[in-house]
Amino acid sequence: MRALEIVATGPMVTVQDAGRFGHAALGVGRSGAADAASYALANRMLANPAGAAALEVTLGGLRVRARGPLTVTVTGADTPLRVDGRGAAMHTVLCLSDGAELVMGTPARGLRTYLGVRGGVDVPPVLGSRSTDVLAGLGPDLPAPGTVLPVGPPPPGFPNVDLVPVPAVGGPETTLRVVPGPRREWFTDGALTTLLSSAYEVTSRSDRVGARLSGPVLDRARDGELPSEGMVPGSLQVPPTGEPVLFLADHPVTGGYPVIAVVRSADLPLAAQARPGTAIRFTL
Amino acid sequence: MRVLTCADSGVLVEVADLTEVIALGAALDARPLPGVADVVPAARTVLLRLVPGADPGAVAAAVREVPLALVGGPAEGETVVVPVVYDGEDLADVARLTGLTPRGVVAAHTAATWTVAFCGFAPGFGYMVCDDDRLHVPRRAEARTRVPAGSVALAGEFTGVYPRSSPGGWQLLGRTEERIWDLERDPPGLLRPGVRVRFEEAS
Repeated sequence: MRALEIVATGPMVTVQDAGRFGHAALGVGRSGAADAASYALANRMLANPAGAAALEVTLGGLRVRARGPLTVTVTGADTPLRVDGRGAAMHTVLCLSDGAELVMGTPARGLRTYLGVRGGVDVPPVLGSRSTDVLAGLGPDLPAPGTVLPVGPPPPGFPNVDLVPVPAVGGPETTLRVVPGPRREWFTDGALTTLLSSAYEVTSRSDRVGARLSGPVLDRARDGELPSEGMVPGSLQVPPTGEPVLFLADHPVTGGYPVIAVVRSADLPLAAQARPGTAIRFTL
Repeated sequence: MRVLTCADSGVLVEVADLTEVIALGAALDARPLPGVADVVPAARTVLLRLVPGADPGAVAAAVREVPLALVGGPAEGETVVVPVVYDGEDLADVARLTGLTPRGVVAAHTAATWTVAFCGFAPGFGYMVCDDDRLHVPRRAEARTRVPAGSVALAGEFTGVYPRSSPGGWQLLGRTEERIWDLERDPPGLLRPGVRVRFEEAS
């Protein structure tokens, strides 16, 4: 059996795919790779089907050993790579021989790196997906040293590029495009202006559920409680403290605080690569 | 009906009350709209989560045409009986808040036929409503950091059963051994929208 053996993890590693669809009415969210663009690129480079599962690595530090020959690629936040001690490059198709060890360093910018494997990580799906939803506690357990992740049979197609040049993700400042949200009338006019003219810092209290931001307070125009309602990723939900939370892949299915604005879906990968300390600006 | 958008990811439909939420949810179940990947009913809203690339304007226009009146209230779902040991830590507080005796609270909770209006908070957590408004109580002033799995609780107009242990601010009436969420079962959730529920006192 071909497999990836986890030798060490950094701060966090999860198995992720394109997400869990169609179960929202049961209170089950979509989850899936936080930076869907980098994840999808890994599968395209390996000629995998679009939903093949990969490893999402937060702030690097992953070491894996190949059991059987494997073809892999690494996308997302740029991290130094070594295969059996020799340097290797991001965004290239890498062939690992049986027993070879791939080691990731720590990314200098960006937050999430993806290790794709030809054939996909073949753990049993839960409700149609191999994604771990850290909020709901659904999906595969978090890989830990000693975990052996089976790899699926290789797809019929073959990789047709060795290397994909892509701009580096992450950086000290990120600009995200937003659309005023469904509950904009819960806020003062000044609040939207504040949101669009200030820098908000990603705090360390951020995870796959959401990026908790610190910055100028967004004032409400009305008191009272909003009955809980469905949420989408990219929602900028404003709890009573007035500092927004930017919902990411594992956001709660419903939420009880008003949403002042929503990040456009095309910019969600950028949001997912904003590490703590990044300054985020919002623009229409 | 008021139709709001969540950038290019969702269309949020605000309706008059829970009856309309349930009716719209049922109508969209029966005849799914193109471009909609997921339907999220809640207390006063139904969120339509869009498939990537779908046009929110087209979905908003289509949902305005869904006839709520023709559906006519909650769908006829199956009835589930949930046995409960009524020894919850907040039973006395609920009695005080409702003006009933603790036995009166149990009698009202077991006499009502509850309907799951929607799910949220956690996988399999069903928000259930009934016609008896005597059981409307506020959440606890302070949430508990851990509520055991199977806890049967009240908050606002709803009753609910915690599918797994989690933090929670609802008023605890008792507990059930019934498996509310079981991934080995299809569907895994016992308390799905439209399902009717009766609580039965277990000894």
